[in-house]
Order: sequence, then structure tokens, then C-alpha cells
Amino acid sequence: MRTSFIAKNPSVLIFLLVLAVFTITVTILSEGFGIGLISTSFIKTLGKTLCLCLIAVAMDLIWGFTGILSLGHFAFFGLGGYMIGMWLMYERTRLIVTEALMQGQIPPTDTEIIDGIGNQIFGVVGSSDFPLVWAFADSLGIQLLLVVLVPGLLALVFGWLAFRSRVTGVYLSILTQAMTLALALYLFQNDSGLRGNNGLSGLQNLPGVEAPQSIVSMWFFLASALALALGYVLAAWIVSGKFGSVIRGIRDNETRVRFLGYSVESFKLAMFTLTACIAAIAGALYYPQAGIINPAELVPIASIYLAVWVAIGGRGRLYGAVIGAGFVSLISSWFTGGQAPDIPLGFYTIKWVDWWLVLLGLSFVTVTLFAPKGIGGLFDLFKKESNT
Amino acid sequence: MIRRLFACLALMCWCQAGLAQGITVQEILQENKTLVEKLSRKTIGPVIEQIAASDLPQAQGFLEALATKQVWQRRSDGLFFIATEVAKRQYTLSDPDGASVVGEFAKKQLKQLKPNSGVRALIATALVQFQLSDADPAKRAEALLAMERAPAADQLAPLRASIESEPDAVLKARKSRLERLLTISFDPDDAIRVAAIQSFDGDLGVDVRATLNPLVVKTLNVTAGDLPGDVNIVGIVKPGSDDLDRVQAYDLLVDSKLAPAPTTPADIRAALADHIDGTQVANVSVDQLSDPVIRRQAYDRLAEQSLVPTFTGEEDITKTLDDYTFYETYAEPSATVTTAANEALTTIELKVGLNQAFDLGLDAISLASIYFLAAIGLAITFGVMGVINMAHGEFIMMGAYTGYVVQQIIPNHTISILVALPLAFAVTFAAGVAMERLVIRYLYNRPLETLLATFGISIALQQLAKNIFGTQARPLTAPGWLDGAWVMNDVVSISYIRIAIFILALIFLGVFLFIMKRTRLGLETRTVTQNPRMAASMGINPERVNMLTFGLGSGIAGVAGVAIGLFAKVTSEMGNDYIVQSFMTVVVGGVGNIWGALAGATMIGFLQKGIEWGNPSNTLAAQTYMIIFIIIFIQFRPRGIIALKGRAAGD
Repeated sequence: MRTSFIAKNPSVLIFLLVLAVFTITVTILSEGFGIGLISTSFIKTLGKTLCLCLIAVAMDLIWGFTGILSLGHFAFFGLGGYMIGMWLMYERTRLIVTEALMQGQIPPTDTEIIDGIGNQIFGVVGSSDFPLVWAFADSLGIQLLLVVLVPGLLALVFGWLAFRSRVTGVYLSILTQAMTLALALYLFQNDSGLRGNNGLSGLQNLPGVEAPQSIVSMWFFLASALALALGYVLAAWIVSGKFGSVIRGIRDNETRVRFLGYSVESFKLAMFTLTACIAAIAGALYYPQAGIINPAELVPIASIYLAVWVAIGGRGRLYGAVIGAGFVSLISSWFTGGQAPDIPLGFYTIKWVDWWLVLLGLSFVTVTLFAPKGIGGLFDLFKKESNT
Repeated sequence: MIRRLFACLALMCWCQAGLAQGITVQEILQENKTLVEKLSRKTIGPVIEQIAASDLPQAQGFLEALATKQVWQRRSDGLFFIATEVAKRQYTLSDPDGASVVGEFAKKQLKQLKPNSGVRALIATALVQFQLSDADPAKRAEALLAMERAPAADQLAPLRASIESEPDAVLKARKSRLERLLTISFDPDDAIRVAAIQSFDGDLGVDVRATLNPLVVKTLNVTAGDLPGDVNIVGIVKPGSDDLDRVQAYDLLVDSKLAPAPTTPADIRAALADHIDGTQVANVSVDQLSDPVIRRQAYDRLAEQSLVPTFTGEEDITKTLDDYTFYETYAEPSATVTTAANEALTTIELKVGLNQAFDLGLDAISLASIYFLAAIGLAITFGVMGVINMAHGEFIMMGAYTGYVVQQIIPNHTISILVALPLAFAVTFAAGVAMERLVIRYLYNRPLETLLATFGISIALQQLAKNIFGTQARPLTAPGWLDGAWVMNDVVSISYIRIAIFILALIFLGVFLFIMKRTRLGLETRTVTQNPRMAASMGINPERVNMLTFGLGSGIAGVAGVAIGLFAKVTSEMGNDYIVQSFMTVVVGGVGNIWGALAGATMIGFLQKGIEWGNPSNTLAAQTYMIIFIIIFIQFRPRGIIALKGRAAGD
């Protein structure tokens, strides 16, 4: 079974090889573990990009293979980030508060420590009590479980409601967008229990770890690479078997698959929930590298950008999603980071910081119109040439 | 009637007293010379009253002059004059009684009377009676306004005296209303006050509530023995019940010094820290003090040595609370008055509640018309044609910016709006046609691709607008005649701009219905939507119809943008605020039907206002709950409120 899966998908092996070479090269060139050619901040950018590639794989599974254009997967990504962020922030604040209180004449009681943490974390939103959602914030294990459970449960409930009432196509896209908007608006409130628009911050510091950022960033980079590899293999395995055939059938003609006796809703729900969990894991790896998470990350437009990456990379093929996410997000940060040279036209200077989004939007229209297969479509040309 | 009689009588006595005492202002001043020279707030009162009551025609002028520091005393003989400066340090003095000029004097021969603010307030009160019967209606209105803002007990008598002689009907009504309000607050006779309270039964005015509410303010009191008999008691409240928090009750005891303050963990900590002896506190090692139980033991030991107050905990609080009786009193001592006030307030509150509900309904309608305006263009492109246009919000933005640019060129707001409306339509119509020709026509029947491509256009347009107009919000000012609000009473009011938007929404609905049902284009649009190939074989050019219909939808979005820009800020991101709501409106209402969009907008508008009313501090939460509600609503009516039936409903 396993050999046949790899044999059917030589691209998986190639992908893993490329990823391994990339990871090893970066490690050797890094500041933390290698000769220091790549700065720590760029390691973080690369690590974050790998996480974005992982969520792009999830997006490709749900859109490219199942045919559900979800505009809500970045919400799951953000939720995953919030779940791990809660532990990081709680634990770090606990260490700081305990140390500060130990300086006093009398050692602190547990209540005093917890009150101190509450004041530190929720002072910005004018409160000091822990909301209910922080009940397990002191336990890494439970928060790690929640990274998968909370977005998974949300996806399950939402998906069940949506698929049960046969909301399909564009309507489903708009509904997922509405869900994302509702979640973002909810998190923007100060009394949401997650610090409103301040979000969670200081996540780049691992509590209790003395290692410098150059080392920590490498750990996260390697973890992201591993997660991407595992996620990619999982995705490739899912779409290669009979299950994969069914979901592709749903994408191409839902009614026919239903008439063949498959429970279309269950398949869709399973895929929706699974991809939500993958997205959440990607988010949980992303935000400790970003250092901060706030509700602005969850607004619907982020999820639409995700669809843009997958479309540009080429949907319906997993490596396409990875290429799209990696290519577009890296080039975006290059253009918007002010590194791209301005183009003087004499009467007007094109500043890429201002014009990059216009270019992205238009190129997106162009890709949709003229190259529906995206960048991944180039590999087909290559394959045809080598065959002949 | 009797009251007025009394008032007249009082006035007459007053006048006679004035006539009997002095003949001229100067004489009154000379009689009380030492008091006038001292000019102290505590002692000058009777003199001012005497002048005011003298019924002399010159009294008002003199008091005004005194208040504005124009009264000077001549050092040589101690007489008082009204002075005006003619040259530097040179003053003309005129007699306070005859206004006859006495002569010019140098400043050093004179001494100015400088009343402080307390004295000026006394003079102002005394002047009220003159102002209330001033010949100029504007001055009378001004005096009334001043009294309405700061009601005081001593205004009651002069006000009552001035009502009878008031010639202006409007001012008379105002005076009589204010007189009744002042009666409620300040009249000594309870029966008269109750009558005044009852006269306001069901009155919605804010002033009535502002007068009645202080009467029934409740104060919490505590006693160890029986309730006192001389106060207006509301009732006994038990600590720990809904009316009285235990903590609040105990705090009152602490504040009244009837009980010791409860010992908090912070108190214990501070006390222990104060008594550290080397590494020990009360024979307990400091290291062990992270345990609250040990802390408490150490504290008790300190208390035994009388170093700290005895621990006061939950049990002590319970015991102490049982020893006392808590009761609430009204600020107003008379029970009949508070009963009447409570009754009046109950009826008023009921009426206010009904009016607030009506006001909320008006708010909801105006919000619904905004949503309808934003969604109606989408009802054409998405509802009728089935094209998902994610750049719809950017068409709204383009319309709003068109309005802004027109206002920069034409400064007259009325004309500029009249120009901007058709121009916005033209601009967005052209943009819509261009978009349909260049992008959308290649993507018919591929809705997901349309969604993505139009989204690409949306981000490009947004960034383009940001590059051109910058990131800060641009104003789109409404014409002056749209400022202000239609105030029905103190509770219900609606701004003219919202009425205008409501009317605009109605016009749009009419225009839409007319185009779809009565014109050739509408007929062709409906034909092409149902079956493009059949339509083509009937001689209709589907491409042209699609182009025009899409342009129409986009154009309407542009006009809506001008309207929305009038009350919301015009930014490059304003489209984002409306795009999801617009889609929701169309989907909830039912695709392919203008009445559906109307029903959807109405439902969403009322829902959002309803939720905001339930939780007024938080509009974000209202939007969140509304979206969740819509998601659940779609479960039960997946095709919206007004669903198409039959073949038209096919996918």
C-alpha cells in the first residue's frame, strides 16, 4: 500500500528532497547553527513562509481537490496562533511576575502571583480577572491540544451547519467569509477575553528558555519544515487513495457522486475539519515566529490572499500551492519591505510600496483569465517535453 | 387661581414696603452706607432686595451698573454715582436716580465699588424680576433660559409674578411650565407640589424627569436600633439581597465608623512586612510565608501581641451585618410628594419606553435603507445576473470619491451633490462596463473564478485610490439644508440626512422596478438571465444586455456611494465595510428578487439595531451576533426570505 502510494506520486519524493536540501542549506548558512550568512530575521521570514506553505497545502486540499472555496481558513490559522499564544504569554508573564514578587520582603502566595499575571496581561483592556477561555493557559499540553481542538470544533460545527443545508459554491464562500468576519469582530472587542485589538504579544520568547533568538528561530524554522513535510505527505496520501477519488468527484460533479451513494456531506465535512486543523497547526508555528498576533490578522481579506496564493501557484496540485504561497509571500515582503528599487519615470516615480498591491491584483486577474493552472502549470509543459 | 392671588398680594405688599422705606436709590444707599462700602455677600443682600423692591424705574439700571462695576463713590461726600470714563483717569458721574450728569472728576477723587462673584449672583437674582417683565421678548426669553438651566428657589416668586402680565403666548407657556417645575422643587406646600407633579402626567420632557428624579433619589442608611421617624423611608433592605450587596453594606458600616475594615490579603502582607524581625515574623520563618494559612497564623500571633488590628474576616462581617438594620431614604422629606413623583415617573417611563422603541424603529429603518442602498447594485449584478462582484464595495468607494472631487471643484454643496449623483453614476457605469468587457464575460458560468478575479480588481482599485487620495479620510459634506434633525419630542428624533437616504432608497427601489418591469432593457435582461441562447435566437444580443445590466448595477453602486459618503467617512477602504453586509443582504433576502433585497436589508437593519439596543456599549458584538444569526437563519431558509420557485430557482 505504502509503496504504491509513493510510486503513484513521484512528486512527493521530489518535493521532500527539495525541502530537505533547502532546509539543510539554510541551516548551514544560518546565524544560529551555521556560518551566519543568513540573518536571524530572515530565518524567521523563511520559517513563517514555510508555515504559510503548510496552510496553502490545506487550502489546496479544500479548494483544489474538494472544490470548496473557503474564505475562512485564515481564521483557523489565527485561532491556532491564539491558542499557543495564550500559553506563551501566560507562562512568560508568570515567570516575570514571580521573579518581581520574589524581590519583595515576603514570598508571594499563589493567589498573589495569579493576580499579578492577570494585572499584567489584562491591564491594557482595563481588567485584571482571567476570562474563562484562559482556564487552561497554564498547561502547555492542554493548550497544544486546544490548538487543534478549538479550530477543529469550530470547523466541524460550522461545516455541519453549512453542508447540511446544502449551501454550495459561491454561497458557501460568502458564508465562510461572514464567519471569519464575525470571529474577527468578536476578537476586536476588549471583553472578548483575548485582549481585544491589542492581541497577544511577546510570543517570540520561549518561557524558561535561555537560548538567544538566533537559536530559537532555528528551532522554529526546523519545526516548520518538519510540519510542512508531514503535512505534505499526509495531504498527498489523502488525495492519492479512494478517498481522494471521491473528493475529486465531489469537486467535479457533486450531484453525480451523491447519486452513486456516497455521503457527500460527510466527505466535505471531514475535509473541511481536517484542513482547518492543519491550518491551525501552521498558525501555531507561525505566530511564535511573528511574535505578535492580533485580530487584524484574521480579517476576511487574509483568507482571500490565501486563495490568491494557491491560485497563482496552481490549484489541484499540492506543490503548486507550496510554490504559490512561498513565491507570492516572499516577493510581497520584498516589494513592500522597500527593498525593491523605485522606477523613476521623470514625471512620476513608481514606489513599489505603493504600487505592489495594484500589480498583485492585476496579475491575479491575469492568472485567473489566462493561466488557470498557475505557476504549477509550467511543470506540465516540462513533463510533455520530456515525454516526447 | 388662589396661588396667583397670593402671588399678586405678596407683590403688592412688597411694593408698598418699598415705597414706604425710601424714595430714591441714593437714599437707600446712604441709609446702608457702611454695608454698601463693605459690599460683602453675607450682608449686602437686604440692601439689594430693598433697591429691587423699591419699584423705582431706575432700580434696574442701577443694579445692572453695580454688577458691571460702573458704580463709584465720591470720596468728598460719600455719595454714590454711575460713572463713565471720558478720558484717561477722568470720569463723568451721573446721579443714580435722575441720570443727570453731576460733573467730571479725576480718578483719585473717586472709589470704585467692586462686587465679587457672590454679590454679582445676588444682583442677578434680584434682576430676574426685571428681566422677566422686560419689554424686549428676546431678553425675557434669555432670562427664562438662564433660569431653566440653573433653577433656584428664589426664582419662584418673581417668576409667578411675571406670568400674568406676559403678552407673548409662547413665552407664557414656557413661563408657566417653568413655574410648575420650580413649584415641584421649591414650593413649601406639599399639596401644591403634588398638584404640579400630577400636571406633568405622561410628559416626555427631559426637564420634567430632571426635576422629578432628584426627589426620589435613594440613600442607604444604617441604624443599630429602631428606624428614625422623621425621615421619608423607602423601606428596609437586607444585605445580601438583590437590592443590597453585602460588600456595599459593610462598606457603609466601615465608612460610618461602626465596624472595622475587613482585613484583606494585602493588609496581611503589609502588616507582616512591617514586622519582619531578621528572617522571622512572629516566630514564623519568612520563607514559609508563601502559604496563605501560615500567613494568617502569623498575623493572628501579631494581633495577639496587639501589634496589628484583629483579623476581620467573612464570619465577623456576617455577624456585624446582623446587628444593624439597613434602610433607604428618599432625598425628599415629604412622603406624599415622593409617592406622587414615583407615580408620575412610572407613567412617564412607560411612555418614554414606547417612544424609545419607536425611535429605535426609525433608527433601524434608516440603517436598513443604508444596507439596501449598498446592496441594490449587487441585487442586479449578483441577484439577477449571478455574477459575484467582489469589487462592488470599490464601486461604492469610487462613487464617494467622485462626490468628493466634485465638491473640490464646485464649492456650493447643493449644486455639487446634484452634479455628483449623475456623475458618480456615469463614472461607475463606465467602470462596470469596462470590467464586464475585459474580465467578467470570459468567466460566465465560472462563479468561483469570477469571485477571485473581481477580488483582484478590488485590491488593485483600493490601492489605486490610496495612491491617489492618500490614506486619510476625505470629507463629503452634506448641503446645509440636510443638517439638523427632525425632533418630534425629547425622545424621538431623526436627522434629515437619514430621511434623505430613506427617500433615496425608495427612489432606487422605484427606478429598479421600473427598469426591470417596464423597459425594453429590463425585459431583455430577464430574458437573457433565464435562457441566453433562446434570447439570442429572438434577436436579443446577450453580450450587449449583459454589459448594460452590469453597468447599471455598478452605476447604482456609485450613486449609493455618494449617499453613503455623506454620513460615513470616505476612505479607500470604505468598500470593505459594506461588501460582506451587502452580500448578506442579498443572500438573506433571496437571490434574484428585489423584494428579497428589501426584506433582507430590513431584517438585518432591525436585527442589528435590536442587538445594539440589548447591548448598547458594544456595536462590534452586535455585528458578530448578527452574522452568527444570519448563518443560522440560512440553515432554515437556504434560499433566503423570498425564494424563487420553479425553474428560475435552478442553479
